[in-house]
Amino acid sequence: MSDLAIDREVDRSNMQISDEVAIQITDMNKWYGSFHVLRDINLTVNRGERIVICGPSGSGKSTLIRCINRLEEHQKGQIIVDGTELTSDLKNIDKIRSEVGMCFQHFNLFPHLTILENCTLAPIWVRKTPKKEAEEVAMHFLEKVKIPEQALKYPGQLSGGQQQRVAIARSLCMKPRIMLFDEPTSALDPEMIAEVLDTMIELAEEGMTMLCVTHEMGFARKVANRVIFMDAGQIVEQNEPEEFFNNPQSDRTKLFLSQILGH
Amino acid sequence: MTSSQHASYVRTEMLPESPPPLTESGIVKWVKENLFSGWINSLLTVVSLYVIYVCLSHIIPWVFQSVWNAGSLTECREIAQEAYGHTHGACWAVIKERWHQLLFGFYPQDLYWRPILAFLLMFVALAPILFDRVPRKLLFFTAIYPFLMIWLCWGGSIWGPVCAALGFVIGYFTLITLEKVAGSLIAIIGMFVVPVMWWLYLSGPVSEMLTSTLPIGLQAVGSKDIGGFMLSFIIGLSGIALSFPIGLLLALGRQSNLFIVKSICVGFIEFIRGVPLITLLFVASLLLGYFLPKEVTFDLIVRVIILVTLFAAAYMAEVIRGGLAALPRGQYEAADALGLDYWKSMRLIILPQALKISIPGIVSTFIGLFKDTVLVVFVGLQDPIGFSNLIRAATEWNGIYWELFVFIGACFFVCCFSMSRYSMYLERKLQTDHR
Ligand SMILES: Nc1ncnc2c1ncn2[C@@H]1O[C@H](COP(=O)(O)OP(=O)(O)OP(=O)(O)O)[C@@H](O)[C@H]1O
Ligand SMILES: [Mg+2]
Repeated sequence: MSDLAIDREVDRSNMQISDEVAIQITDMNKWYGSFHVLRDINLTVNRGERIVICGPSGSGKSTLIRCINRLEEHQKGQIIVDGTELTSDLKNIDKIRSEVGMCFQHFNLFPHLTILENCTLAPIWVRKTPKKEAEEVAMHFLEKVKIPEQALKYPGQLSGGQQQRVAIARSLCMKPRIMLFDEPTSALDPEMIAEVLDTMIELAEEGMTMLCVTHEMGFARKVANRVIFMDAGQIVEQNEPEEFFNNPQSDRTKLFLSQILGH
Repeated sequence: MTSSQHASYVRTEMLPESPPPLTESGIVKWVKENLFSGWINSLLTVVSLYVIYVCLSHIIPWVFQSVWNAGSLTECREIAQEAYGHTHGACWAVIKERWHQLLFGFYPQDLYWRPILAFLLMFVALAPILFDRVPRKLLFFTAIYPFLMIWLCWGGSIWGPVCAALGFVIGYFTLITLEKVAGSLIAIIGMFVVPVMWWLYLSGPVSEMLTSTLPIGLQAVGSKDIGGFMLSFIIGLSGIALSFPIGLLLALGRQSNLFIVKSICVGFIEFIRGVPLITLLFVASLLLGYFLPKEVTFDLIVRVIILVTLFAAAYMAEVIRGGLAALPRGQYEAADALGLDYWKSMRLIILPQALKISIPGIVSTFIGLFKDTVLVVFVGLQDPIGFSNLIRAATEWNGIYWELFVFIGACFFVCCFSMSRYSMYLERKLQTDHR
């Protein structure tokens, strides 16, 4: 929960938000058994937006983000991703999943495959890319996250920060149009947090549509164009970062911010 | 003054990397540390050495002061009395005279080359599965090996096994063609139904027709002549080869969200695990005959193989389920999030890891299955134990026990021990987590 100062300036020239809708969530509800986790979620994300979702533990942030690529199933309402509605139709689900990249808190790399194989697996088996081409693409993205020299190692031989960057590269190899991050830095030491955030900033600078659940408020201020605060399964407040941090409206938000920023 | 008296300390110089200390060696040091490091330890060492001495002083004369050439147990004893002054030694003559029965049963002696060839070819067939440096093209041979083995052991017209194999080819092509025309569900049903129809109604007449036009074949050997270690091997190997895929499917089925699939798998596994193998073998020898249609006459060996397979498959399923359950949920989610469908994520992500975790359990199940094949003696098949009884029933070898059981035990030990070593090799080879 550090308010980590990211040293470098963020280049905003490519961060343009278009009118095209990338994700449209209307009146979405979800229950775990009888427990109402998500209540009447309405959210529209345009292409090129960088959204940070924060909120207290158990407020349903992960659940929301996981509904977008159907790792969790919603029971009511509508989620449309890239013009395709998420229903129980498996074809649609696989299509959306291959368009939407996701990074997890615990990386979830495949420990039995090398870094390079981790990155080429989905392109080869889902996109049917020829192996050689997939490897070239994978090396390109590994270079981008600055660990091409680790390509032939196994995930177990890498540090946490390196593993998370591999996880990002692995998602990018599918050339996703949207990236979801679920607390990508909260299992990492501060030094590694910086390297992962750096990678994420670069991604944002290239105009990627991103939804990040994170408590890195420094990242939110610098990169996000919108911050969403969730509590008890609802979107309580959303605003531009400056407004959100300097002038929170709801009491819940104020309390949360005072806790997290340590006033 | 030590630095602990100072609260503040700044290192002015970084230490260079240094090699690890050499461990002291020497046999005296080793003995001292491992055998005589305290008085309790020394006492235990002395007691153990005494026990080992007592055991060896009985076993070694038994093994080596033995008789290799004799026609009967009495003759054996006489020779031993003459040579060593006592009759405690083993009488290996029985093995020398009857080894072929223990290994091959009543298989015609001039045809021994067939099971031996099948045995040797088994290694060729196994090589591409066991070792990944072997060329992949050999897998083709692995696929035809089962039919080749059956043909070599039982003999008869070559068209029988060929037609049986053709069933699988037909199933494969049914799957491919139907998948294009009618969708995957119908294709999968067709994949099972069409070959079964072929086996039940067509393959018999077709193979007869082919045999009469093109009589290629080996001299037929009946199932009643197949026995000894060869029988254990046939049952064990078929059981292992078949129970693994079935167990895998059962394990996946048990995890499935589809209610019917799941209940069938759970019911099957729990039923089989709740029943002793020996009762299943009696089912194989007696009941199966009542249930199956009269035209379908199954060889007793085939029936036993089926039930041994089902039995091992249930255990296999549970072992594999353990491996599946040991995988973190994140692995399933990561595979899903990349857009891999169920079968691909199973094949590429989940099963390689789950099976790796369950290797020790899987191999234990294999070894258990292989050793359990001696139970077939109770349904009248002549496995090595059955033959040891037969040999003892002969007047000249009446009263001989140890030599036969040591020999049978040694044969089983070689097989089971190799399996166990292979599993250790595999575990080491697949270790990539570097924890
Ligand atoms: N599989 C599940 N079954 C039942 N309840 C669940 C399940 N997963 C999560 N929950 C509950 O749903 C609520 C929301 O969980 P979620 O993981 O979305 O919270 P979160 O906002 O991501 O919290 P954190 O910051 O701790 O990750 C929590 O109360 C949690 O206990
Ligand atoms: Mg969470």
